[in-house]
Amino acid sequence: MNLAIRDVRHSLGRFLMTSVGLGLLLMIVMGMGGIYAGIVADATLLIDRLDGDLWIVQRDTRGPFAELSRVASNVEDRARTVPGVAGARRFVTHTVQREHRGRPLRMAIVGLAWPEDRGQWLPMVSGRTLAQGHYEVVADRTLGLSVGESIKLGKDMYRVVGVTRDMIASGGDGLALMTIADAQSVQFDTVGEATRLERAARRGRAETRDLGLTQPGMLELADQPASAIPALGSPMVSAVLVNLQPGVDVGAVRAAMEGWADVTVYTEQEQRELLLRGPIDRVRRQIGLFRALLVVISGIIMALILYTMTLDKLHDIALLKLMGARDRMIIGLVLQEAFLLGAIAYLVAYLLGERVFPFFPRRVIVTNDMLVWLALAVAVLCVAGSSLGIWKAMRVQPNEVLG
Amino acid sequence: MSAAPAIETAGVTKVYGSGATEVVALREASLTIQRGEVVALLGPSGSGKSTLLSAIGLINPPTRGEIKIDGKIVMRGPRALVDVRRFRREHLGFVFQKSNLIPFLTGLENVLVALDIAGTEGRPAKRRAMELLTELGIGARAKNLPSALSGGEQQRVAIARALANRPSLLLADEPTAALDSTLGRQVMELFRDVGHESGAGVLVVTHDQRALDVFDRTLVLDDGVLREDW
Ligand SMILES: Nc1ncnc2c1ncn2[C@@H]1O[C@H](COP(=O)(O)OP(=O)(O)OP(=O)(O)O)[C@@H](O)[C@H]1O
Ligand SMILES: [Mg+2]
Repeated sequence: MNLAIRDVRHSLGRFLMTSVGLGLLLMIVMGMGGIYAGIVADATLLIDRLDGDLWIVQRDTRGPFAELSRVASNVEDRARTVPGVAGARRFVTHTVQREHRGRPLRMAIVGLAWPEDRGQWLPMVSGRTLAQGHYEVVADRTLGLSVGESIKLGKDMYRVVGVTRDMIASGGDGLALMTIADAQSVQFDTVGEATRLERAARRGRAETRDLGLTQPGMLELADQPASAIPALGSPMVSAVLVNLQPGVDVGAVRAAMEGWADVTVYTEQEQRELLLRGPIDRVRRQIGLFRALLVVISGIIMALILYTMTLDKLHDIALLKLMGARDRMIIGLVLQEAFLLGAIAYLVAYLLGERVFPFFPRRVIVTNDMLVWLALAVAVLCVAGSSLGIWKAMRVQPNEVLG
Repeated sequence: MSAAPAIETAGVTKVYGSGATEVVALREASLTIQRGEVVALLGPSGSGKSTLLSAIGLINPPTRGEIKIDGKIVMRGPRALVDVRRFRREHLGFVFQKSNLIPFLTGLENVLVALDIAGTEGRPAKRRAMELLTELGIGARAKNLPSALSGGEQQRVAIARALANRPSLLLADEPTAALDSTLGRQVMELFRDVGHESGAGVLVVTHDQRALDVFDRTLVLDDGVLREDW
């Protein structure tokens, strides 16, 4: 005869309520693990997706994610000349926060090396990738923009042509992808008055120099756009991504580039570690610690619940012992109820989490590994929590039911 | 019916505590109950009735003395000579004053669990349990939880459960204390019939003087000293 089932059936309401309560707690534990995994995955996601073998950044910086990096755009051309390099792309990123439809819209703008890179690799939800060199943007769905919508960035209107999923910067902001030229014009956008003042200042500076006095043509040039002045370089980019030909020794290529005094080169793996140990390090540790704490607390609560559940049955257990019941029967009763409780709680946590986590502002990634671990942890806790009660049950004397 | 007495004790003494708090609850108690014999145990409160019963029931070992059940020495002083729990499930049946039943099991299941413990399961167990419950007049209430049964009905279920494994000795500690006197007497008569029919020795602790005629014999405990009341 299965006593556990009958006991549970007898106090079904209370049992279910306890299970659901425990399930909610487990859901939080699961969610915390998911948030942790989400932060790590989001942080390195762009690096993984961009899939550059080498990252060329500003000398001695840990950019472009951990800190600001500026490299001359001609590094792209230089990189292409190194033997073993299959391709090089410029990479631009910066975060903007603008007003859109009356709400602050915060996004991480990423420039794609048009026309080679049109964002074919993006995980699209709707719409398409970039099809023209200007005024198109592919937005992550966390930005809340829809296909066909227009946003004003700088002086220009950009049309949302596609929506991606899971494209998030390490800070948690959704990505807005456009061509590098567009990304730079958003980044370096200055109002007309500032441009006018800068041009006037150029003339002013030139007039006080020998160069300006001896070569009046210079003064004419000062009024032109920056791109028309050879003395002014084209805008800097954040980094240059390099892909190698198959079978090429990374070390050799890297050594060649390290010879350039203005850049530092990282491998993809190094770039990933820079991020994990850099900007998201504290967040990661904070959440990791909190999660560990949560696991411990849940364990204690679960053990207490199982213990009191056994205490409630102490009278019945004493009676069973009086009737000569074997320990196996008593341990079975306690353990079966514990596992039933654990199983229901786990199921509640899983089903509820599946529905709730997608609504979290940041990605919550519950991996299969995590599910297995949690199931194991719950099972271990069931045994640990019950053994406390069983220890007590084994000590209860039958004469405690006498009278 | 076996020739050996259901229970035989010799010089059973029980001392609780030690030093200043020492209480001698039983002094050299010796008794014999034959199988099929139904005996009442009488005595004022604190005289050691429950102590004697729990010593015989292998629940609370005596300090000194020997206990023989069904012809077998089971306790010598505080030392058990058998697997106590196994011996309990095979040879002994218990009924207490109240809360005898497992609250989450029906009357039938309460009897079944005792059978299950002793290794009887399935259809034969169910047949035996229903048979007992019907005999005790509560066959119709077998599917009820204890909370839905009256005190008298609960005690009948408890008796059925105690009898389930055909014990050689049935021990009852004030089984009628929670019942009114008419019902109490009925339950006492039940013990008598059960003892006579099943051939188990029956020892019933009671306060109720009026039901004593039901029993074959009466033992009296007074301050730990046991004597026969003729
Ligand atoms: N666990 C114990 N520790 C110490 N003393 C005890 C213990 N149990 C019983 N006693 C003492 O032993 C004596 C006999 O107790 P017992 O319970 O056997 O009496 P009783 O005849 O059953 O009384 P009642 O009719 O009130 O149930 C009493 O003086 C009691 O105080
Ligand atoms: Mg008593």
